[in-house]
Amino acid sequence: MAAIHPTNSTFNSGRSITTPSKLHVFLFGTRFRPGFIRQVLVYSLLTILTILFILPFYWMLNTALKPNKEVFTVPPTWYPNPPMFSNFVDSIKNSYAGSATTAGNTPPMLKYAFNTLIITVNGVVATLFSSSLVAYAFARMRFPGKNVLFLGILSTLMIPFAVVMVPQFIIWKNLNWLNTFWPLMIPHWCGSAWNIFLLRQFFMGIPMDYDESALIDGASHWDIYWKIILPLSTPALASVGVFAFVFFWNDFLGPLIILSTPDKFTLTMYLTNFMIPLQKLTQWNLYMAAAFIIILPCMILFFFSQNVFLKGITITEFRR
Amino acid sequence: MSAIIADAKPVKRSRLRTLRFRETISAYGFISPWIIGFLLFMGGPIIASFILSFFSWKMITPPKFIGLTNYINMFTTDDLFRTSLGVTFKYVIVAVPLAQILSLVLAILLNQNVRLIGFWRTVFYLPAIVSGVAGAVIWKWMYDSELGVINNILLSIGIHAPHWLYDKNTALLALIIKGLWNVGVPMVIYLAALQGMPKYLYEAAEIDGAGEAAKFRAITLPLLTPVIFFNLVMGTITGIQIFAEPYVMTGGGPENVTLFLGLHLYHSAFGYLKMGYASAMAWIMFIIIFVLTIFQFILANRWVYYETSAG
Repeated sequence: MAAIHPTNSTFNSGRSITTPSKLHVFLFGTRFRPGFIRQVLVYSLLTILTILFILPFYWMLNTALKPNKEVFTVPPTWYPNPPMFSNFVDSIKNSYAGSATTAGNTPPMLKYAFNTLIITVNGVVATLFSSSLVAYAFARMRFPGKNVLFLGILSTLMIPFAVVMVPQFIIWKNLNWLNTFWPLMIPHWCGSAWNIFLLRQFFMGIPMDYDESALIDGASHWDIYWKIILPLSTPALASVGVFAFVFFWNDFLGPLIILSTPDKFTLTMYLTNFMIPLQKLTQWNLYMAAAFIIILPCMILFFFSQNVFLKGITITEFRR
Repeated sequence: MSAIIADAKPVKRSRLRTLRFRETISAYGFISPWIIGFLLFMGGPIIASFILSFFSWKMITPPKFIGLTNYINMFTTDDLFRTSLGVTFKYVIVAVPLAQILSLVLAILLNQNVRLIGFWRTVFYLPAIVSGVAGAVIWKWMYDSELGVINNILLSIGIHAPHWLYDKNTALLALIIKGLWNVGVPMVIYLAALQGMPKYLYEAAEIDGAGEAAKFRAITLPLLTPVIFFNLVMGTITGIQIFAEPYVMTGGGPENVTLFLGLHLYHSAFGYLKMGYASAMAWIMFIIIFVLTIFQFILANRWVYYETSAG
């Protein structure tokens, strides 16, 4: 189990082959076979759960497309009549007292989207680079103190953010970096414990022969890291990258502590402030439209990368 | 000849030593980002936070040493702290096991050779990427007592549902239910573990005439225990720190029944600027996480099955 090649996908292998005829039973319906009843049960449960899991998404879209007065129909309607696609535009144009003042007629939400994008892109690049660098050393190099240090990295997973939150805040305050993006950007260049662990597990699955022959040919560890290991690890890197994107895009507590003036806000902060002005209190349709716009990038990214992404999450676990 | 060989050996060894030394140097270069980050953003702040927890400090005046007063106040005068501890414990004790059961059931369903596995997996995983504020906002709207979808579905089948987030008896329950929507990550981990189960065991069990239930109890469950353990520990660690959901959905109310530890800590630190007190509270949070993790590790000896030979 120690050396699992990265291409050994957990999702393609290991399917149960105990009852190969189940599919046939389901398709051709030999009615009283136990396999058939079981399949019916499985699919009905899956369908019910799917409805429950999709309901929030459906309700968000349904509300987002409703004209404002339809939001207040009791009982609520199950589809928008007529669907107001202009709600998305109105939602983007929405501004409130205390929202960012932008040059010209640029809607504040675009400003927030831009702020979020800066923090997110930096976070993804920083996480990928620094975590893979650290992971490389732990996976493929020999040095004294390796095990102790690795245990140290893992044990930081137990430390709640709250413990370091106050001192970090004081550091940023003394550097005069409060209400700038630096505190939300710089620390992520130091690797994150979880991703270091994930990537290390993946790197360990790549045959050591590559390194050894490269070393004999005079390559440095940097060459091996950059030219051999990273190109071979795209599934793991993609999954860490998507994970990081979703994390930074949705991050709330970090920006909430650091950023204080509206022109620096991120989208999640904007979403929590959307309804604060009284006259906006009832605009649930625009609110849901904003929520939809905000989660859209994550959803698109996920749809395009889900195979790689889900494989990457799990490939590393429990393969000691 | 022998003299040459004897001569050659030390040379080789010292060259090896320099190679090793150079590898060590460059390895520490590779891990230097983490070491620097640890010192600046982790280790340093941890020590600072520990020291701060013995001080009274409101940012404007210089910190004043007050010994254990912060810790004593927490358990004697600050009723909200005890409330928040209770809320957090209630949440973790109910939500974490429920999330494990739900994600395991989903994974088992997906592992039944179902068609369209990619579709189902996407559906159940999707909520995990809208965790935090956006998801909380959607659920807040769904929980609305008159206009929300949940109460109207319940009403249509004749149930007069409570006001959920505005009712002190149901607010915490509402947050727990919302949390169950985000079981995507443990689910895919369970699914991968299930799909990686060694087939020969099942084949052998079938030859012996074992039914589905027997196979699950005797093979699947024992082999799954390390994964369950892992997910339990991770779920507990994140559950204790929950912040965005109560912040957005209830703000801690009504009557503080959803005042989580993270929320109370945030209020103390950045609302009242009680930096020393907040640090002390953070340390209590850490101690709880530490104790619960160790506790789970100790309990794990009793129920977690580790395959020793094939590992």
